[in-house]
Amino acid sequence: MSALAFEAAGPIHTRAAGDRSRLARAVTVALAVLLAGAILCSLAIGAAGTSLWSVLAALARGESVPLADSVVLWQIRAPRTLMGIGVGAALAVSGALMQGLFRNPLADPGIVGVGAGAGLGAIAAIVMGAALPAMIRETLGYYLVPVAAFLGGWVSTLVLYRVATRRGRTSVAMMLLAGIALGALAGALSGILVYIADDAQLRDLTFWGLGSLAGATWSKVLTGLPIMLPALVAAPFLARGLNGLTLGEAAAFHLGIHVQRVKNVAILAVAAATGAAVALSGGIGFVGIVVPHLLRLMSGPDHRYLLVNSALLGAALLLVADIVSRTVIAPAELPIGIVTAVLGGPVFLWILFRQRGVLDL
Amino acid sequence: MMPPLARLAALALALAAAPLAAQERPDRIVSIGGAVTEIVYALGEEDRLVARDTTSTYPPEASTLTDIGYIRRLSPEGVLSVRPDLIVTEAGAGPPEAVEVIGSAGIPFVEIPEGFTRDAILQKITAVGAALDVPDKAAALRDQVATDLRRVGAAAEVADKRVLFILSMQGGRIMASGTGTAADGIIALAGARNAVTAFEGYKPLTDEAIAAARPDVILMMDRGEGHETARAQVLSHPAIASTPAGEAGALVRMDGLYLLGFSVRTAAAARDLAAALETVGR
Repeated sequence: MSALAFEAAGPIHTRAAGDRSRLARAVTVALAVLLAGAILCSLAIGAAGTSLWSVLAALARGESVPLADSVVLWQIRAPRTLMGIGVGAALAVSGALMQGLFRNPLADPGIVGVGAGAGLGAIAAIVMGAALPAMIRETLGYYLVPVAAFLGGWVSTLVLYRVATRRGRTSVAMMLLAGIALGALAGALSGILVYIADDAQLRDLTFWGLGSLAGATWSKVLTGLPIMLPALVAAPFLARGLNGLTLGEAAAFHLGIHVQRVKNVAILAVAAATGAAVALSGGIGFVGIVVPHLLRLMSGPDHRYLLVNSALLGAALLLVADIVSRTVIAPAELPIGIVTAVLGGPVFLWILFRQRGVLDL
Repeated sequence: MMPPLARLAALALALAAAPLAAQERPDRIVSIGGAVTEIVYALGEEDRLVARDTTSTYPPEASTLTDIGYIRRLSPEGVLSVRPDLIVTEAGAGPPEAVEVIGSAGIPFVEIPEGFTRDAILQKITAVGAALDVPDKAAALRDQVATDLRRVGAAAEVADKRVLFILSMQGGRIMASGTGTAADGIIALAGARNAVTAFEGYKPLTDEAIAAARPDVILMMDRGEGHETARAQVLSHPAIASTPAGEAGALVRMDGLYLLGFSVRTAAAARDLAAALETVGR
């Protein structure tokens, strides 16, 4: 099984990654520019006619800004943009980390059941939160749903990893199967909660499952970011370890890498980032798999660049998808999960189509 | 009717500063929820509406208004983009974050209490009238609707009919109404009995529970598919086929908002339902 994993990684990893580091750095610069553009667009475009430029000009002249315009910019677009950056980066980096950890380019928190676990945590908090002791509820407050999603994501990541890893080797097929089982289990438990939920909660949960950045407020953003940020900051420090792991765990160990520590930190980071992202925005699919894969095709699999570039491209992509979701049927909104799935579904199929010979699953 | 210039001035004022304009009579109103929109039209105040939500499908003219999306998934920027000076909504508009943000823009947000009884309808009319600052018109409409509702009397034989309201039949799984719902309310208003009282809200029913409920009539929303198709689908369901309703072929279908809206048309809906219950399956 490890031979299979190694072969699967082979055709991508043997293409002299070192030769592409300059390209990868150029990609980083290009993505940073792209993200900056996406941030500007996200602040400037929206259903309301509020113009970013006229507001900035008014501020520069020291004039007061109409309340409606200032609310649209600072209470709606600004937190929403920040949340888009955080969630997009978190999803893409989680995907890249999972793929590095499992040595398989098809791993993704959404596909292998981690997203479902985080979703279960969030749904449980929404439906059963009122049943918790008042002390816990009051202590956690706004943090209840993100923390529950984080715990759900963390537990399913741990279970997945334990099941799929035997004698230090991670089996690709086992991972996918265990992921499907985990996803089904989490889905079933979510189903029980949905059954308990009242009519109003039910309709909320349906839309929640499609994902949206529409609920972005400063309090939500400031709740989610402290959970995501450590994971995003920690990710680049795992690059060397993950690069070593592509050779297999034994080889990585002989390279002087603390294999178990890398694995533990990566699992914790994935759980935190996915958990917080799911809690903030619901189920947003395919960012975690499409973004790292596009970057590998573009600039190679070296995690030193892959992780940073994934964060940049993930953030930019989600902002663009969000701009589409809130303008295409304005003043109503399309759930962003629909936009990313419509864009990501075909790309994912194309990846499967191209790699079906290599994977041999 | 204000002279055009004054109207323009009021509009300019509203655009310049929403909270100031709130002290004037609001004339850029967003109506959210089918029942509320119907009441606004019945009050004859539709000229003051600028937008509605997806569930506001009656009267047909309402569809010419800007649609700001689904009542539970409002986009704060979308709502603000129509520059409203008043938002009148059914209970349950959300998400809460969106409502909070809209409130921070200083736009009055009036929630009309929900309810599925005669009195609840009258309270809704009063509340909408107060929000729109037309209490006299509201009182008149209220009296008219109250009289109308009092006239809904059930024939004696309807009173024994057990009615099973089916919300949906996704993949053969039947979602039925228990107590405390609009469906339960309209069945009571029409003078019949709800066949399922074991739970609150809408829940999936097992085939055995359907058999045990022994409905005389199946009630559903008309979703625009052909009546015969729907009829064949519902009555051939194995669990329903063995009930009195299935054997008699007693299926009543009515427009969802008309049947369940609990608004100004509800008296008529209850009368129609009572009449349908009386004749169906004969």
